[in-house]
Amino acid sequence: MTIGIVLVSHVAELAQGIAKLIQQVAPDVPLTLAGGTADYEVGTDAAKITQAIEANPGDELMVFYDLGSAKMTLDLVAEMSTRAIYRYDTAFVESAYSAAALAQAGVGRLEIEAQLKPLRIK
Amino acid sequence: MLDEALLFKWMAAFDHQIQTDKAYLSGLDAEIGDGDHGDNMARGMSAVMHTFKTPDQSVAEQLKAIAFALISKVGGAAGPLYGSAFLRMSKAATDTQQLDQLIQIGADAIADRGGANFGDKTMLDVWAYVPAMLEHHTLSSAGLAQLAANTKPMQAKKGRASYLGERSVGHLDPGAVSSQELFQALLLAQADLKTSPNPAMKNGTDL
Repeated sequence: MTIGIVLVSHVAELAQGIAKLIQQVAPDVPLTLAGGTADYEVGTDAAKITQAIEANPGDELMVFYDLGSAKMTLDLVAEMSTRAIYRYDTAFVESAYSAAALAQAGVGRLEIEAQLKPLRIK
Repeated sequence: MLDEALLFKWMAAFDHQIQTDKAYLSGLDAEIGDGDHGDNMARGMSAVMHTFKTPDQSVAEQLKAIAFALISKVGGAAGPLYGSAFLRMSKAATDTQQLDQLIQIGADAIADRGGANFGDKTMLDVWAYVPAMLEHHTLSSAGLAQLAANTKPMQAKKGRASYLGERSVGHLDPGAVSSQELFQALLLAQADLKTSPNPAMKNGTDL
């Protein structure tokens, strides 16, 4: 099972910044982003999140987000999607980084999830 | 009874109120949140009014179109919350058109989506009380204003305001105020339909 990482943020640059950080340690892990609204304002956009989820070639998608409304929009999108989506209420930067680094090393989702547990903050 | 005519008048009245109070709502949000609730809702409601241009939609279809407009255009937390309410009301509307039942279903959807409880200083503090008021014919402008005012002394437990902790006390919750306006719009629409039962619907000049 390939793990894919999806980043959902209110701000496009925030998602892009974390992606840059992650790609250093996980160049082979499929990574897609949904940042900001359609017109690049601060916010979340259901269509953008759908696109990031559908475009990610990973078999199991581990999704990380910044603040509450991203979570709700994400849940709505997940309910309408057929992809295997796992959402984590963890510290955005740290958890996305460690999940990507572990996935790059071939670690499976359940083991990654165990490592993410102490990072749960929301 | 929620029929096509009432739904149109309700949303038109809500749109009008939101566009009028856009700056006021964003101002409330600036006190304890990210300051965009009015602008977000105004953008969402403009998109909602566009959905009425599609002719011959059933109440369920129209509610679904409203839900998708709000989910895709609002951008803030209000999008998935209002959107989920209308989406679940749309699913239920094939079985019931009774307003109190539909609003209860919407309130449940909001509670499920946001995970809020009563007293958490959210829109749920308005939505949760409206079904019983509708059922007992006690829904009033003053009652709705009281529900929104009740959020002022509350400490926010959900949403962006919760990051402020005790400092959220003493401010109105913007989502509760826009919800107050939603149901005030419903009262207006009901009164309006009584005086002019055959409105010029859809493709009207006010779209």
